[in-house]
Amino acid sequence: MAKDLTMTNKINRRAFLKTSGGVTLFISASGILPVLVSCQDDKKIREQLKKIPITAWVQLWENGQMIIYNPAAEMGQGSMTSLPIIFAEEMDADWSKVQVEFSPQEADIYGGEGWAPGTKLMFTVGSRTTHSYYHVMRKAGAQARYILLNTASNHWKVPIEELSAAQSFVLHEKSGQKISFGELVPLLTIPTALPDFTEDQLKNPKDFQLIGKNIPRTEIPAKVNGTAQFAIDVRLPDMVYGALERGKLHGARPTLLNESEILAQVGVMRIVQFDYAIGLIASTLKGVLDAKKLLKIEWSTATSSGYHSQEIYSKYEAIAAKNQKGRVVTEIGNMGEALRSAHKTYTADFKNDYVYHAQIEPLNAVIQVSEDLQTAEVWVGSQQGGDTKLGIPGVLGVPPENVNIHLQYLGGGFGRRSMTDFVVECAILAKEIAPLPLKLVWTREDDVAYGAYRPLSLQRLKATVDGSGQLTGFSHTVIGDGGNLVAGGVKNDHYDIPHQFAEWRETSHGIRLKHWRSVGHGPNKFAIESLLDIIAFDQRVDPINLRRTLMTQSPKALATLEKAVAMSRWDVPSIEGRAKGVAFVDHGSIGTGICEISVDRNTGAIKVHHFWIALDAGMIIQPNNVKAQMEGGIIMGMSSVLKEQITIVDGQVQQSNFHDYSLLRMQEVPDSIETAFIPSSEKPEGVGETATPMVAGAIANAFLKLTGKHLRHLPFTPDRVLAVLNG
Amino acid sequence: MPKYTLNINKKSYNVEVAAGTSLLWVLREDLGLTGAKYGCGIGQCGACTVHVDKQPIKACLLPIEQFTAGQEITTIEGLSEHGDHPVQKAWIEAQAPQCGYCHSGQIMQAVALLEQKEHPTRDEIKAHMNGNLCRCGTYLRILTAIEMAAKTKNLHLLIKAQWLKISR
Repeated sequence: MAKDLTMTNKINRRAFLKTSGGVTLFISASGILPVLVSCQDDKKIREQLKKIPITAWVQLWENGQMIIYNPAAEMGQGSMTSLPIIFAEEMDADWSKVQVEFSPQEADIYGGEGWAPGTKLMFTVGSRTTHSYYHVMRKAGAQARYILLNTASNHWKVPIEELSAAQSFVLHEKSGQKISFGELVPLLTIPTALPDFTEDQLKNPKDFQLIGKNIPRTEIPAKVNGTAQFAIDVRLPDMVYGALERGKLHGARPTLLNESEILAQVGVMRIVQFDYAIGLIASTLKGVLDAKKLLKIEWSTATSSGYHSQEIYSKYEAIAAKNQKGRVVTEIGNMGEALRSAHKTYTADFKNDYVYHAQIEPLNAVIQVSEDLQTAEVWVGSQQGGDTKLGIPGVLGVPPENVNIHLQYLGGGFGRRSMTDFVVECAILAKEIAPLPLKLVWTREDDVAYGAYRPLSLQRLKATVDGSGQLTGFSHTVIGDGGNLVAGGVKNDHYDIPHQFAEWRETSHGIRLKHWRSVGHGPNKFAIESLLDIIAFDQRVDPINLRRTLMTQSPKALATLEKAVAMSRWDVPSIEGRAKGVAFVDHGSIGTGICEISVDRNTGAIKVHHFWIALDAGMIIQPNNVKAQMEGGIIMGMSSVLKEQITIVDGQVQQSNFHDYSLLRMQEVPDSIETAFIPSSEKPEGVGETATPMVAGAIANAFLKLTGKHLRHLPFTPDRVLAVLNG
Repeated sequence: MPKYTLNINKKSYNVEVAAGTSLLWVLREDLGLTGAKYGCGIGQCGACTVHVDKQPIKACLLPIEQFTAGQEITTIEGLSEHGDHPVQKAWIEAQAPQCGYCHSGQIMQAVALLEQKEHPTRDEIKAHMNGNLCRCGTYLRILTAIEMAAKTKNLHLLIKAQWLKISR
């Protein structure tokens, strides 16, 4: 194996440190500079990390136990297992001896592929973790293995080419010798150069022992015995508590009217003025929350004053009707020509209200700023970001290396924890009260009212067909606030339609917006997939056949369609009162979802009975975990499609907690969600956001088949369903 | 500040907190029993579910002065000595949690059901679990886990044995 490897950069032997006990294999980001440091010496490890851009991916002890570092956030998607598995696979490690810990938050060292080629990023967003770290983890694992093979080669005085490894042992087949990774620790020697492993020099996927198997997730035992630590669980000696009142009108400026009354409350230590909020610090959590309730604040007007979300759609329709172009997202062929020469044109509008993240752990953080205000220790559940120090260096006016982030488990992310607003707030309060550690807690009411929602939008779609019913043109106009937040997901890369046009027409209301699981794909795939069924319904063709025709140039997409058809027994009619609907989604991975529903015509309640998904996600690292992502994606999709709605009246957010912002509950789940994978040896693709956007289209299409009526406004609440049924 | 004595997980705790402090804040911030979580503060999500005299209750709603030292409070930390309560084992087997934040509450709610009824129907399980929200959408795996736990041989004897172990 080692013969054809390109040996690059020489080893810096001065950087070689070793003591008895265990070692950390630091392997440089560019594939060089392995350094061995006693893993019992935390300080040395930190010093090494500061000194040179090196990577510590694994710590190895003489007893064979090892720690593999996970560079990604763990918010339930399973990175704490899937990334270390990729590393262990190439290292030939015995998985039973592996423990997993979060890596330090240093993107130069632990970053995966960034947005631009050659850049590095630690950012758990966009379902890109496994995809962007796949090669990084494989290469680092292979390099760790190489160091161990090299050591055994020196120890036994045999050529490295004659050695192999398996299950944390190095083997020399010729002599029958065998030595464990742990036994190699005291003998470790640094090779003169480290191979810069390329794809074809790594393990053949057919030899995988861990990838593709169902390995139980490493952090689940801690999540069932109560010991898994989320940031909100952190307690430090002398810790104080912070809270902010941010009002219900985004961007309004507060004037506090009863400062002396608040300062007189037991335990209240400080009032901190923010542009958009009043901050409080108190000695207890109850104390700070009680004082927050007593605040008398006069709020200024803001950009969103006078804005009524449910009345805006008529304005959006007027914008859609204007003879003008917005920002063009796609232009293939000539849509104008398609409209002129169309045998028939289909036009439909689709709408979606705001939705809120509703991660069950409200936003929070714990920060301790040093007395001289020069350093900070931070405990936070974050999806990380372009700034791995989450904006804190800016608050303190210190260099990034002075801020130490202790990443905690996330009690849900869904995009909300890719913002750093709550971390910055906590840093501002902690600076005020330094050196006391401070826990900032957002109440659920704070989390709802000062949320950053998936934007409300309107999509106007037009499709043209020729005399034989073939789709010739497809036009998609999105009206809404938020750029890619509303315009993402309008492309039809897997549908062969000669003339395509998609654009975004901008509005602005001053409402806080953010990526919400699947982002624009939710509303836009709903619109696209619904229009296809409207055409199929009108043309009296099977919606599956219509998609088959469109997918002739995309065999991968077609394979997911055919598999979902088989799984759901599409051709077998549903029992009386039920119907099936289909939707196709591409979001990294690609998949077809089919659901079966019924409708209570008295209450307007839609019941989803089954969901079938056929998914092509490339190589699957953890099959059972990918299935869990599909199940969760469908449930979150159902929740948003059937129930969730943030409304704004005169700029004020109307919802405040789970009594008026309803999430899907246990009694509303389908009987089953089944997932099948299309076998593939291609690079893994993201799976976290492919299922959610299937739901709206599949339900609306099943509803059309069942009732002949159209659901075109998300969410499909019972009152809206009744209005459609009786309309 | 007033002093209170609580019997939690078969241990006696003395706390000094303001009257009106919820059991949840006492457990989490004063006693470091952080398994029960804060999710909504109004009894809508169930993340804070603990047992009081074997009944599942929402700890965010109940002020500390309502408890007496004679009442047995059980939290996820007191469910088993080694995280091996039959329901916890089933939860791992089913790989139920994703982010896991709501799952202490889910497990406590489920245990209370199985202590009352050894073989609940699927509809009974759903009705009993309806007050516990899960945003990651793990409901189907929670159902699977509860049904797996219900099939555990001698479930009630095992639960009782766990309880006695903790008592020692």
